[in-house]
Amino acid sequence: MWSGTPLFPEAASTMATRVDALYFFLLGLGVFFSVLIAGLIVYYAVKFHRKTPRAIGAQLRGNLVVELVWTVVPLLITIVIFVWGAELFYAMSRPPGDSLDIYVVAKQWMWKFQHLDGQREINELHVPTGRDVRLIATSEDVIHDWFVPAFRVKSDVLPGRYVNIWFRATKPGQYHLFCAEYCGTKHSGMVGQVVVMEPHDYQNWLSGGETGRTLASAGERLFVDLACNTCHRLDAQGRGPLLNGLIGKTVRLQSGQSIIADEAYIRESILNPSAKITAGYQPIMPTFQGLVTEEQLLQLIEYVKSLPTGDGASAATKP
Amino acid sequence: MTTSHLPAHHYLNDGYGIRSWLLTRDHKRIALLYLAGVTFFFFIGGAFAVLMRLELATPAGDLVSDETYNKLFTMHGVIMVFFFLIPAIPAVLGNFLIPIMVGARDLAFPKVNLASWYIYMLGGLFTLYALFSGGVDTGWTFYTPFSTVSSTTNVIPTALGIFITGFSSILTGLNFIVTIHRMRAPGLTWSRLPLFLWSMYATSLINVLGTPVLAITLLLIAAERAFHFGFFDPALGGDPVLFQHLFWFYSHPAVYVMVLPAMGVVSELVAAGCRKPVFGYTFVAIASLSIAILGFLVWGHHMFVAGESVYAALIFSILSYLVAIPSAIKVFNWTATMYRGAVSWETPMLYAYGFIGLFTIGGLTGLFLAAVGLNVHVTDTYFIIAHFHYIMVGGTIMAYLGGLHFWWPKISGRLYNEWLARLSAGIIFAGFNLTFFPQFVLGYLGMPRRYHAYPPEFQVLNVLSSAGASILGIGYLIPIAYLMWSLRYGRAASANPWGAVGLEWSTTSPPPTENFAETPTVTWKPYDYEHAVSAPEGHVA
Amino acid sequence: MWVFLATEVLFFGGMFLTYSIYRHAYPSAFIAASREMIVWAGTINTAVLITSSLTVVLAVHAAAAGQRRALLLFLMITILLGFVFLGIKGYEYWTEFGEHHFPGRSFQFDARYAPQAEIFFSLYFMMTGLHAVHMIIGIGIMAVMFWLSWRGTITREYSSPIEISGLYWHFVDIVWIFLFPLLYLVGRHVH
Repeated sequence: MWSGTPLFPEAASTMATRVDALYFFLLGLGVFFSVLIAGLIVYYAVKFHRKTPRAIGAQLRGNLVVELVWTVVPLLITIVIFVWGAELFYAMSRPPGDSLDIYVVAKQWMWKFQHLDGQREINELHVPTGRDVRLIATSEDVIHDWFVPAFRVKSDVLPGRYVNIWFRATKPGQYHLFCAEYCGTKHSGMVGQVVVMEPHDYQNWLSGGETGRTLASAGERLFVDLACNTCHRLDAQGRGPLLNGLIGKTVRLQSGQSIIADEAYIRESILNPSAKITAGYQPIMPTFQGLVTEEQLLQLIEYVKSLPTGDGASAATKP
Repeated sequence: MTTSHLPAHHYLNDGYGIRSWLLTRDHKRIALLYLAGVTFFFFIGGAFAVLMRLELATPAGDLVSDETYNKLFTMHGVIMVFFFLIPAIPAVLGNFLIPIMVGARDLAFPKVNLASWYIYMLGGLFTLYALFSGGVDTGWTFYTPFSTVSSTTNVIPTALGIFITGFSSILTGLNFIVTIHRMRAPGLTWSRLPLFLWSMYATSLINVLGTPVLAITLLLIAAERAFHFGFFDPALGGDPVLFQHLFWFYSHPAVYVMVLPAMGVVSELVAAGCRKPVFGYTFVAIASLSIAILGFLVWGHHMFVAGESVYAALIFSILSYLVAIPSAIKVFNWTATMYRGAVSWETPMLYAYGFIGLFTIGGLTGLFLAAVGLNVHVTDTYFIIAHFHYIMVGGTIMAYLGGLHFWWPKISGRLYNEWLARLSAGIIFAGFNLTFFPQFVLGYLGMPRRYHAYPPEFQVLNVLSSAGASILGIGYLIPIAYLMWSLRYGRAASANPWGAVGLEWSTTSPPPTENFAETPTVTWKPYDYEHAVSAPEGHVA
Repeated sequence: MWVFLATEVLFFGGMFLTYSIYRHAYPSAFIAASREMIVWAGTINTAVLITSSLTVVLAVHAAAAGQRRALLLFLMITILLGFVFLGIKGYEYWTEFGEHHFPGRSFQFDARYAPQAEIFFSLYFMMTGLHAVHMIIGIGIMAVMFWLSWRGTITREYSSPIEISGLYWHFVDIVWIFLFPLLYLVGRHVH
């Protein structure tokens, strides 16, 4: 009965072992206090079992020192746990700089993955070991959640927003991918797997498949088809701001605010242009809400990232 | 052992017939009306749980369709949370005991009390209508935009049913607050109040301040769904995470509404079970108030992976650790009360000890969850389900049963069969742990919640859990049988069969309609067993 | 009643919170949408409600002084002012439906701001709608008070029902005092 029944998940990412360490610490703490309390209850129930009907207990009403001790000690313990958990979470929330980016679009009830070179996958994601992978994820409809237990990584994937999820896989293998936010009828069916490969095998896989166009070149085509290039001209003569080197740049808005341009900013500017008007420009950009799909938005974003900056390099990351 | 007789006149024979019950203003009769209501809803919610666990015994989704399963877990949650756990101890034990414990004839507003029951039943029937005319499949948490845009089920009637019942909680809370403030008997100062009253007071504060936020949130969902407003729908410029903030701002304090009354019951049981004062009375009382206040500040810990900022997450994390401390203080104080006590092994006390142990485990797993880095892995999995069931079932329901057994002689004038009661307590304890402990393991393995089909390697743990559930179900049915039997055939109880200290034990079992022959004056400290008048009678039937 | 009013603060509070979040997110859309509000109607309604709170105070005073005729008069004026408020509000709603400002399928607005303006109008109808429901309940309560006063149940010694009802009415008035600038006067100083 027990073969084939794991009691502990595999650890296949750099974060996994760190999370497990905190888990075991808390497990030990939990076992200690549970056994302590349960043990004391049983011990006292037996040792001080009422002997005669009229017996009363010792009329002790309290002890300030004891109260303070068992208030302060748990408080100190919880502070330790808090700091440890906070450290882990902070690390999880900061995708490292040089990461392999993959786009994720969740919809009822499947996971769509887009590699930058054009490879598309449904419900199955291939990644290499030893490389930081950053997922940029959004949903087409309701809230979903990207969860790979072996990586100890999870994040809600929201409609109308991009979320970043990052991990660094350590062990080749196939690992469960689950949707972990209830999303309707086939929520339990919105599962798949992450296939982790050694870098060499991963390269083979990448080049062996049908790639079609890269995301960026598909985006370039769209940029022309949707006439974006009539206002956002490469020679900065257009009515729209120059888009080269936009990602990571600080943009001054008409309202006086300054923001740092990221994928979400580009997406918003396409769907709701009047929300953040760049300082010095007129609010004349039409909205493309309903005219582009989430996948097309990703292509446009990658195209913008691939535009050359002044020093000849581009902000796009190479696979 | 002396033979007791029922008093000639008491609240149960003060008027017969259905009108004397449905139009009563007597808080004790209203408590029994609630008892009938919550028991009814408990078994409906429980039936859904049984079906769920049957489905989960096999990895494939083969017992019911996925749509049906989604409705089952939603309705299990809605009914258990809103129609059982939130009202049970306050509306049954609170209604019955609060006026007696303060030495009054009734609550401050008896007619409002009856209205509260009607509102509760109306909301419940509304929700049942939604259930039977197609059900609802959004989860009891109604996350948007699924609930407002995507779901094709009876979201609006369910939301309205819960909205209506919310007024019952608000009015009851109001009634309790005014009663405890204004109707205490002469000599009953705040520092002489039984700890059950401190807990009920703290609970009522939460009910009064928190429930309205749920009310507006439900109205917003209903309006968004009916009129296509765009508060929570990104396609219309709205923010789905805003819904989560509004929802959890109420629903987190709601869990303290579910557990504080249980803690109050446990304080009473432990004091009577050890025949000595609760150790650290002042700390336990202040802990109740602290839990109520701090409970309003931690809602974001349900949203660590939902898209809130890192800084918000860290603030909610530290506050969540703070709110754990008063609960820990209570557990230590109850355990210390047993030290050098005259410890009883009778049923109510067994439930109390079970509560302390299981609540400790549930609470400790809360420490796991408040650690944000670890929460990421276990949130939305069976770990969470195990955590809250340890507290709500291993905790609240055990305390509720313990309280029912403890005050049963007072409420009914009858003694129940002690051996059967101990047997069911044991079955419930065993069944509960078998059901929910494997779920901690399942959760860390990664089995998500709200799944009706799962990978085969999770099956063994699921089968253990389902087996436990069947044992637990049987355990809950046995008390119905012997408690009902005792109403007719049980031995009559004396005024104070436990030899306990408290105003409720100074009046007859059952009490007269006006509770006391004359208003008592209180001159003693709480749990003053040194001057206890009665000795407990063993009453193993 | 004070405890109940605390619950009402939290009830409306949720809506005010939602309003603040969206106003901060979409300032220009909110200004544009607020310009469509019928300011003269809102202003008259504000005056009507403040006057009605005055008549409530006078009614409470009359009750405490045992002046039955004055009490009945002020209660009646309060009720009438309540109806005036609802009437003007009804006129506003009727106009706004006609201009396709009710959110939903038939909503029409300047395309630059349309989706966010729809949120403004959703908030507007939700908040004023809930307020109007509270007004209707308030009028009902005042009607009951009128009947109790007519029957002679209210005396100099027993005037607390008038006071408690007055508290409720003042609360509903105060909610409007907050609603009016937040909904009608957004960005009015900007041209």
